[in-house]
Amino acid sequence: MSVRRLAPPELQPDSFAFTEENLAWAKNQIAKYPEGRQQSAVIPLLWRAQEQNGGWLSQKAIEAVAGLLGMAYIRVLEVATFYTMFLLQPVGKKAHVQVCGTTPCMLRGAGDLIKVCQERIHHDPFHVSADGNFSWEEVECLGACVNAPMVLIWNDAYEDLTAESFERVLDGFAEGHPPAPGPQIKRQFSAPVGGPTTLTDPGLYTKPKTSGAPLTDAAAKKPGAAANVRDAAVPKPPVADSSDPRR
Amino acid sequence: MLADKDRIFTNLYGLQDRSLAGARARGAWDGTKAILEKGRDAIINEVKASGLRGRGGAGFPTGLKWSFMPKQSDGRPHYLVVNADESEPGTCKDREIMRHDPHLLVEGCLIAGFAMGANAGYIYVRGEFIRERERLQAAVDEAYEAKLIGKNNVHGWDFDLYVHHGAGAYICGEETALLESLEGKKGQPRLKPPFPANMGLYGCPTTVNNVETIAQVPDIMRRGAAWFSSIGRPNNTGTKLYSISGHVERPCTVEDALGTPLRELIERHAGGVRGGWDNLLAVIPGGSSMPLVPANQCDPLPMDFDGCLAVKSSLGTAAIIVMDKTTDIIRAMARISYFYKHESCGQCTPCREGMGWMWRVLTRMAEGRAQKREIDMLFEVTKQIEGHTICAFGDGAAWPVQGLLRHFRPEIERRIDEYTRRADQLGVRDPVPEAAE
Repeated sequence: MSVRRLAPPELQPDSFAFTEENLAWAKNQIAKYPEGRQQSAVIPLLWRAQEQNGGWLSQKAIEAVAGLLGMAYIRVLEVATFYTMFLLQPVGKKAHVQVCGTTPCMLRGAGDLIKVCQERIHHDPFHVSADGNFSWEEVECLGACVNAPMVLIWNDAYEDLTAESFERVLDGFAEGHPPAPGPQIKRQFSAPVGGPTTLTDPGLYTKPKTSGAPLTDAAAKKPGAAANVRDAAVPKPPVADSSDPRR
Repeated sequence: MLADKDRIFTNLYGLQDRSLAGARARGAWDGTKAILEKGRDAIINEVKASGLRGRGGAGFPTGLKWSFMPKQSDGRPHYLVVNADESEPGTCKDREIMRHDPHLLVEGCLIAGFAMGANAGYIYVRGEFIRERERLQAAVDEAYEAKLIGKNNVHGWDFDLYVHHGAGAYICGEETALLESLEGKKGQPRLKPPFPANMGLYGCPTTVNNVETIAQVPDIMRRGAAWFSSIGRPNNTGTKLYSISGHVERPCTVEDALGTPLRELIERHAGGVRGGWDNLLAVIPGGSSMPLVPANQCDPLPMDFDGCLAVKSSLGTAAIIVMDKTTDIIRAMARISYFYKHESCGQCTPCREGMGWMWRVLTRMAEGRAQKREIDMLFEVTKQIEGHTICAFGDGAAWPVQGLLRHFRPEIERRIDEYTRRADQLGVRDPVPEAAE
């Protein structure tokens, strides 16, 4: 497990308050969960607080979320330190780069990307670059393994990178107009380079895939232990279903 | 190879319209009301007859899992929870469903929710999938607007669906940890029993299913269990999304029949192993927590539950990580150990302490800076972690190391010999430290 602590007091801002818009959004989030279970909204709220706070969570922001949800401060602090996407110290103003370094990305050259970060941003992760614009960290599997190696910057994934194309992405962020996210080579998302090997039958998309009345042809079924239960004479509407708990 | 007409995820690569209209043109939401009219038992029996097994890693029969839910509510609401916390290294299949074919998932949630008597469902998306979450939320909103789900919808079963998300904890893919996280706590797994079907989310009966499992259900109901079970072999039926990553020419995610031979998958869809099939060193067939399979057992290897079991590995999530002969296999496994060290929730001692220990020993072994007797000690430690933790995370971290020791012990010994041989040149006075960490 990873040990994570809040930023030192000298870096902590004095106050935090949700904006009107975020407060309204937060109320909506809380309404998603049953009465008395508003604690469930803690992760979405912390996330929004982090976005509002420039990409990291200060102690005041954590306290604000605790106050809004009526939770003990320690319970929210627990959550904020447990989940590694909550960043507890200031990050770069223009980009915080999360480089995936887990085995599938490592096999395809994540090490080169980390080297670029070390040379261009800071030798160590979680340190803001000299101009205050960039920071980086190595994270564990970002879930785009067939597009390895990849990085996540703010909300967007940049995939199929090489050291050169990664430099270009960083240049884009430095100049204030980041490139389009997704694969940075000619490729359709997770399809193989050069075009899909499946789903090439045009007939698939020209006529609707309707199969008529569903599942009425009992004879088409293979015999199975449970297959005969389906042979009721007339399908019943859900309200007349004997297993309906509302009755 | 599976014919295109038998594929479920027809917009896997995002080439088609992903909106409700587009999804409908491809067959989603077709006759959903008639499916629900069959009744709960009929749906569960159909899913049982199809032989659908959970696609999230463990491969538990889905129909059976649904039948564990209480038939009558005792006053507590029932919940459906969809596990979209796809964090297993190598796995990136659910991402494609959520961002390109989200309506299959939404429709599946309605059918599954009805089958288990749930009027509310939560989809727990991993924190890193930010754009995917937005796409999924857009699809849910569309379905609400068209009155396909929600209160008083056209299907006659009130069903509310909410998209929730995490914030970067691998362990939240474990079902009880996911429920803890959904309740707004640290994602630390619960002891079982009680099982979620009795005491799950908010102490109510809950079933947790993988995204791919749920998204396959509408097509099973539409085309029939016989169609689904005719693909693959008995006990391993249906289609599966494979994500092929690592040292292949063209990595990709692809849908194919369960039981497709590994070599065919790699060569037909992924352009073959880099440098040719003979350059293959090993394959991890099911995501990082499964033992690796050395090249000499990879052909023929039918990629399904039983096929992978026969080579002492497991299908897991069907995330195929290919490693060619340039790979430093010990370092690659050490990196996986580092992943588990980083992601351990810290609840059980064998896992919390053992992960870091294994990582440190493996890192030394990668350099050769170890004693040969430590290899046996490492194996023994993995055995002491496996099965001695609350959740399966400990097992999943111990298995890849066991796989390495089972198949690549000579390589580790060779490195130790090499390091000892050069110790004088390197100026090392005490060449091989021992595991005392």
